[in-house]
Amino acid sequence: MSVAVIVFPGSNCDHDIYYAFKKVLKQRTNFVWHRNSNLDGYDIIVLPGGFSYGDYLRCGAIARFSPVMQEVIVKAKKGHKILGICNGFQILTESGLLPGVLIKNDNQKFVCKTVNLKVENTNTIFTRLCTENEILKIPIAHGEGNYYCDEETFASLEQNKQIVFRYCNDQGEITSDSNPNGSIQNIAGIINKMGNILGMMPHPERRMERILGNNDGVKILASLCENFTRN
Amino acid sequence: MKAKIKVYLKQGILDPQGKAVLHAIAHLDYKGVQDVRIGKYIEITFSNSAKQNMKKDADQICKKLLANPIMENYEIEFEDIA
Repeated sequence: MSVAVIVFPGSNCDHDIYYAFKKVLKQRTNFVWHRNSNLDGYDIIVLPGGFSYGDYLRCGAIARFSPVMQEVIVKAKKGHKILGICNGFQILTESGLLPGVLIKNDNQKFVCKTVNLKVENTNTIFTRLCTENEILKIPIAHGEGNYYCDEETFASLEQNKQIVFRYCNDQGEITSDSNPNGSIQNIAGIINKMGNILGMMPHPERRMERILGNNDGVKILASLCENFTRN
Repeated sequence: MKAKIKVYLKQGILDPQGKAVLHAIAHLDYKGVQDVRIGKYIEITFSNSAKQNMKKDADQICKKLLANPIMENYEIEFEDIA
């Protein structure tokens, strides 16, 4: 598998995700600068975390119009695997590749901590190595991760099993106390209807090796690489 | 030619910035301030040659870029500075 890590001015998790795919998962991985619009030959396209274009106007709003995103949108519609993490998730919603929007955290704070994530759907290319209702411990670091959509969109997300991750407590219960940002129904990550695009606020690339706390992030990123199977 | 644009959050969308300012106003001891909502103000200057399409263009710029219709509304006022 070969992985493209898109780099916007202001991306700051690009090296972490590059390390995760290249060094930990041993995949062919390259950085692709936002002005480049050739993504041929890549199986996986990653939009990393950070503050693309300084979060000017709205998070992800300017990045959406960069040359590389025009090609990402074309590839996304053709069914290529696209993963957006944190700012990458915001760019995907701004681009219309995922429904809804990420607004300011309801507690008015930038929240940086490890959270419990319940895997709500293991039948996706992003979670096939996870077990049903598994709880992953993965960090978040954002000020604008409060997922919002209208009721109709939410109903369709539920109906199509597009909600992949929800914030939960240690017992796996979806509670308001375990919701770090005010997201509707504790939503932490969603996929599109076709199932090839995932956006998530938590950072799996920060949990790839036990020395950094745990390696729960491997289950998500390795799910994307076809040569990994559940052991 | 100028387009003066206001972009603001739709009713019902939480505005933590507005809330924080509301609390600060309360500390100033002003009575009866019920709510604060914060939006953006944007000015776009068009060249004279673009005058003909200005209204349509400004509206499309708002739709495509300046406002996210899921959470924001916008209003445009035009000013002739020629």
